[in-house]
Amino acid sequence: MLAQQIVNAISLGSVYALFALGFTLVFGILGVINLSHGGIFMLGAYAALLLITWFDLPLWIALPAAMVFSGLVGLLIDVLILKRLRRRNAPHLMPMIATIGAAILMTSLTQGLFGSEARRFPVEWFNDETLKLGAVTIPLLQAGITTLSLVLMVLMMWVLKRTRLGQALRAMAESPRAAALLGIPVERLFHLTSFIAAALGGTAGILIGLSFNAISPFMGQPMLHKGIAAIILGGLGDVRGAVLGGLFLGITEVFAVTFLSSEYRDALSFGLLFLMLLWRPQGLFGASATRSA
Amino acid sequence: MDWSSWWATYSTLVLSIGVYGLMALSIYLTLSCGLLSLANAAFMGIGAYVSAVSTLQYSLSFPAALLLGAFAPAGVALIIGVPVLRLSGVYLAMATLGFGEVIRVVALNLEVTGGPLGLNGIPLLTEWWHVLLAVVLVLLLLQSLRHSRIGRAFEAIREDETAARLMGIATHRIKLLAFVLGAAIAGLAGGLNAHYTFTLSPGNFGFENAVDILTMAVLGGIQGLVGPLLGGAIITLLPELLRGLQEFRMAANGVILIAVVLFLPHGIWDPRRLRRWLKKRSKHADA
Repeated sequence: MLAQQIVNAISLGSVYALFALGFTLVFGILGVINLSHGGIFMLGAYAALLLITWFDLPLWIALPAAMVFSGLVGLLIDVLILKRLRRRNAPHLMPMIATIGAAILMTSLTQGLFGSEARRFPVEWFNDETLKLGAVTIPLLQAGITTLSLVLMVLMMWVLKRTRLGQALRAMAESPRAAALLGIPVERLFHLTSFIAAALGGTAGILIGLSFNAISPFMGQPMLHKGIAAIILGGLGDVRGAVLGGLFLGITEVFAVTFLSSEYRDALSFGLLFLMLLWRPQGLFGASATRSA
Repeated sequence: MDWSSWWATYSTLVLSIGVYGLMALSIYLTLSCGLLSLANAAFMGIGAYVSAVSTLQYSLSFPAALLLGAFAPAGVALIIGVPVLRLSGVYLAMATLGFGEVIRVVALNLEVTGGPLGLNGIPLLTEWWHVLLAVVLVLLLLQSLRHSRIGRAFEAIREDETAARLMGIATHRIKLLAFVLGAAIAGLAGGLNAHYTFTLSPGNFGFENAVDILTMAVLGGIQGLVGPLLGGAIITLLPELLRGLQEFRMAANGVILIAVVLFLPHGIWDPRRLRRWLKKRSKHADA
């Protein structure tokens, strides 16, 4: 029983971490709290659902296609909204409000086009194939979800840490202007960051949609709240922190439901976040002492 | 349509314009001090619940309940303000958003707030002149504040907090004052709101409401006191005006939000732009 809960916790936590990773990437590199990330999460799930139910595509094609689609939505938001605000050097209130607007737009359009009731993936997919690992049985789907999110996260961290692209992105996180002076194509990399972050967010949406098998236009908002909690727990803009924050949040949620009650699950993430901000505003893994961004 | 039937149909809408004008003024107050706080919806909720419980269960008089509804969130703001206001910018926004969620979930689980069902049968005590009086009083207060030392301190902190501190402004105390006063105004608005809507539920004061309130201030513009009132009125009336769009109504809301940020960064009521425009007009008239 306990081992089973641990598996559940890691599975949920890894998807939260994937979502938080994209969220924190945009904050770290663009300096923007992108509140449309929850909307992109929801659109990713819908894109996968429609590709599968309308075009009868298998999951291994629908998944990457929906990833690319979410990435393109993120790119569109960057080009149409964030780029203009960057040029104007707008205060950080502005991108927050504009991306809230984008999130409302996405939710409302989805609701208008597909209705507000929850939709499901075709049932035949959820056959009960399982992996047996000692005493623990893991549904194959859950194992796949966890593996995919962990692989994407490790890949992302490797790119940031070890490649020239990652070096350029880290330089931009320090100072976009200095990076531009060094010949880094800053504007193009802003677009790329938005694309990658949104693709990760959309993927998290597909995976959550698969694991709970319920997709609704309103699934983005609670996830956005969790993403905010995760990246603040880990330290804003810190990639490793976001991943650990997401995992931590997933694990605490699963155990809160197991040992306390399900009513307080949502209070828990924000209670934790609130306490963290009072006690250690730089987050669990953040190093800097002052927060003035 | 005669007056009394018009009023019966639209009284809630008219009162809401006033109440959300108050909410927009309350967030204007914190924004004018450079604080991006999104806790106002939660403060409004606290005020609404406290005053509704006082009239409903303790049969307090309406003015006393309203006063209590303004003081309770102010007290909460005083307690959480000390640690939270160490944060600034987006960190403060996130923390106050987190606080709002905590309040919502607490209201969802407490017995005295009626849990997920909320409170029902709140006496309908709010008259139109109560709301008008509240708006006028708050406007007078904010207007006199603007031209006082404190108002100038707000402005100094918003422009450059470090410089303000170096000039000897007690920035922490001034910021706390803005935060607490904003909470009191929001609580008053909440109390008024509770006593004409008949029901209260935790969902009324969540993230969406916090965003709506912020939108009102940004849409109207925070250069003066007219902007927030105008923004509050527009956002309150918008759902009525866009009724024809049905389920795409919220989409229009989103588009408006994006358009305002991109094309009207100072809001609709921007005295500087207005003055420039008038000057241009008069020049044309001379020629």
